[in-house]
Amino acid sequence: MVNIDTALVSIGGLNELASQGTIIHRLDPRAKLITTVMFIVTVVSFDKYAVSALLPLVLYPVVLTALGNIPPGAITRKLLIVSPFAVLIGIFNPYFDQQILMHLGGVPISGGLISFTSILLRFVLTVSAALILVAITGFEAVCLALERLKVPRAFVVQLLFLYRYLFVLVEEGLRIRRAYALRSPGSTGVALRVYGSLSGQLLLRTLNRAQRIHQAMLCRGFDGRIRLARSFQFAARDEFFVLAWGLFFLLARLYNLPVLMGVMVEGLL
Amino acid sequence: MSHHIVEVKDLVYSYPDATPALDGVTFRITHGESVGIVGANGAGKSTLLMHLTGCLFPGAGSVYIGDHVLTRQNLAQVRGRVGMIFQDPDDQLFMPTVYDDVAFGPLNQCVPPSEIDALVAKALKTVGALHLKHRPPYKLSGGEKRRVAIATVLAMSPDILIMDEPSTGLDPRSRRQLIELLKTFEHTKIIATHDLDLVLDLCERTIILHQGKVAADGPTQEIFDDERLLLDNNLEKPLRMQGVQNDADVTLTPRAAKSGSVE
Repeated sequence: MVNIDTALVSIGGLNELASQGTIIHRLDPRAKLITTVMFIVTVVSFDKYAVSALLPLVLYPVVLTALGNIPPGAITRKLLIVSPFAVLIGIFNPYFDQQILMHLGGVPISGGLISFTSILLRFVLTVSAALILVAITGFEAVCLALERLKVPRAFVVQLLFLYRYLFVLVEEGLRIRRAYALRSPGSTGVALRVYGSLSGQLLLRTLNRAQRIHQAMLCRGFDGRIRLARSFQFAARDEFFVLAWGLFFLLARLYNLPVLMGVMVEGLL
Repeated sequence: MSHHIVEVKDLVYSYPDATPALDGVTFRITHGESVGIVGANGAGKSTLLMHLTGCLFPGAGSVYIGDHVLTRQNLAQVRGRVGMIFQDPDDQLFMPTVYDDVAFGPLNQCVPPSEIDALVAKALKTVGALHLKHRPPYKLSGGEKRRVAIATVLAMSPDILIMDEPSTGLDPRSRRQLIELLKTFEHTKIIATHDLDLVLDLCERTIILHQGKVAADGPTQEIFDDERLLLDNNLEKPLRMQGVQNDADVTLTPRAAKSGSVE
């Protein structure tokens, strides 16, 4: 089982990968953000039994991790942490949808099993694309790109703060839990009846901190607008990056590329 | 240079739940002075500091920064002149990187983006933290956070520096470095703290707050010599001054260390 604190440290680690200087890292954050969104929309738009048609899209995360010098382990570990959610969504599909759609070497495969596989595949593709985006861009640059792309400022500021104070909040929570554990020897986990007051405590501390942070911001002239001293240039290579991938996603969406290749190979034989 | 003056007249403030916090506080701090504000827990130190930065407004009485009464209308100008360093640097460093944090204030002051780089570098250099420029604040040590927090304020070039417990959470060496750093600043300094040794090092004048009132206001040395006064206000002499008076205690300490009782 992955511990919540180690999990968080690894999120920070992902962000640190963003300080590299590979060709992918040097691209404009907006280009990477737009491409990632296009990718996710493409993956999600396939019909529920799509499996083989999704396979060519694996190329995108693979190419990016390779060019961006991202250790694949860093991505897969995080995929595992969130995988229970995806598994839970699809786990009952094979039970509800028992209509036989195909036979694989004589073994009948039900529609439910195929759609379950499709869900897992989509989960791996979309979540890894998002993780890779952070690893090749950095969280704050993603936020900045959102702002430049006219996403409402309040939303962007929320994201920035979420990332900044996630660690502080978790530390606060860990301290409360530790204090609880030290005075309740022999118990594993937090008893349900004290859970309420513990989380209430955390909420109050959070509110207090939020107030102090707000004051600190006001003292430094905050007027509702976060200004960041960074500028991007959307260059030709950024346009190329977006267009090339966009074209590929479109092709993969319109044609079932593996089937097409199979037909071509058969034709050659 | 009248704009470096901080003056508080008959300041009264009660919290919304009717807890009285300040009750007729009056003092005047002039250009370049360095003043320690000491007092027991709950004496009203933090509440007073909040008033000086316009985070709170007085129930009665007034706060003057320079020649002007602090009002909601001139808040923006006043905040450019008064730099507040918070007790917990985690509250003060809210941006994703040290660079962004130091640039935050100047950008709000509408400094042109082309000058920001130099300004940030200068502020970080002053506190000896230039190498931390691209680090995220949550990864810094306590001492580093404190330095960066000071840089974020310096970057706004304030005339008056206000500090709330600047030495809490610092190891002895970082604390010493902080004191040496603060000594080099020529700003008007107002330091609220329990660290009386720090006051002894940095402030020629001390104000004691007691239950929301000014219990004493005068030269630091004079105030710290008055044992009765300190005791009445839940304070005690700075450690350094205790040692001078009580020679027996001073000689005892090394012997205790040698016998291994510390471990």
